Amino acid sequence: MTAAVETRWTTARIAAVERDGTRLVRLRLDVDGRQEHLPGQHYVVRLRASDDYTAQRSYSTASDPTDPLVELMVECLPDGEVSAHLHDVAEVGDVLEVRGPIGGWFTWTGDVTAVAIGGGAGVVPLVSMLRHARRLGIADRLRVVAVGRTLEELPYAEELIAAGAFVALTRENLGSRVAAPPYPEEVRDLVDLPTPAERAYVCGSVGFASFAQRVLGEAGMRASEVRVEQFGATG
Amino acid sequence: MPVTRGFTGKRRGAAADQQRAERLPPGQYDTGSDWPSLTAEATPDVDVERWSMRVDGLVETPRSWSWREIHDLPGSSYRGDIHCVTTWSKFDTTFTGVSVDTLLEAAGPLPEAAYVMAHSTTGYTTNLPLADVTGGRAWVVWDFDGRPLSTDHGGPVRLLVPHLYFWKSAKWVTRLELMASDRPGFWEQNGYHDRGDPWLEQRYQGDP
Repeated sequence: MTAAVETRWTTARIAAVERDGTRLVRLRLDVDGRQEHLPGQHYVVRLRASDDYTAQRSYSTASDPTDPLVELMVECLPDGEVSAHLHDVAEVGDVLEVRGPIGGWFTWTGDVTAVAIGGGAGVVPLVSMLRHARRLGIADRLRVVAVGRTLEELPYAEELIAAGAFVALTRENLGSRVAAPPYPEEVRDLVDLPTPAERAYVCGSVGFASFAQRVLGEAGMRASEVRVEQFGATG
Repeated sequence: MPVTRGFTGKRRGAAADQQRAERLPPGQYDTGSDWPSLTAEATPDVDVERWSMRVDGLVETPRSWSWREIHDLPGSSYRGDIHCVTTWSKFDTTFTGVSVDTLLEAAGPLPEAAYVMAHSTTGYTTNLPLADVTGGRAWVVWDFDGRPLSTDHGGPVRLLVPHLYFWKSAKWVTRLELMASDRPGFWEQNGYHDRGDPWLEQRYQGDP
């Protein structure tokens, strides 16, 4: 377990903005006094109105720790106060308040072999893990399952496929794979082969996280070795 | 700190209701009828027939209660707001269970007991000053709005410490351990504040 590191509010300048598809915005941030993050950690972004009203939300980093910029991929939520601003208004050169990196649990540094399952925007921290693994030449220790409705809606879809992630689309066919959530046997193969994974990571909505935990359990993954980051509302 | 170019804050439309706005601690938003669920571990399947709640550590008599026994204790409810460090607040919740005071009374805390570590069946832990779970400010609860607490939200039984951020309200709680000195729990080791008062914005290590 990593020691807790104090983080303070600081400022970040937007170095790049890229809007992929209709709901995603990729931000590249030049963070003042940046501390290096671990793959899987998040940043808090705080927006401030002229009368000092603020709103803040947490977003996972997608960047490799050695990337000079911090990369966030933000999904624009219906009625999202922070995400809508980042998606619709934010431009290169804008200055944001940020705090991070935060979180010492949902992190993977390559010390164990792992299966990581992300749904939709839940793939973002897994992209950071994947980039880290590729740079260190330990990609064989991380097996990524990325689940999206369509290829267009899945963040980092091309990069995930190129890196060898198993991509399951639920609303359109991908190659010869018919649209469906990952089947237990598909996940079991990744948990078991070539050697049994020592840990699992699950990131996504509440419903997705519950599904992924069940599938991992059926694949023989011990619950105590599953680390979960879930977001969104339950009914 | 800099003003964000072009940001006006759209949630404030709803805050025309001044009374509701005043109930929101700094940096929080009103999640309305939603109840976001956040956990770090696999959701456990807790069998109430085998479940028990234990109070031990620095007490005169370590005590434990089965599912049936804890329901036989005098019940107690909380009505009010809850606040999560991830910035949502939920207004007018009702939780029912038993006051932590009732459990502590039965076990008899020793004079040197000053902190509590709450333990969950998953291995999750969170630390609290004893003063934050006594005096009618903390509960062990099993009902939410008159229905059994769902597993996602910590059912069958969770701790409820509504005046602190909700990571202190350990889900699937099974044990309160009384201690003489403080030691960090799960999130507290992972960057979160030791106490977690929403009105002071004690979110992460290094906050006031």
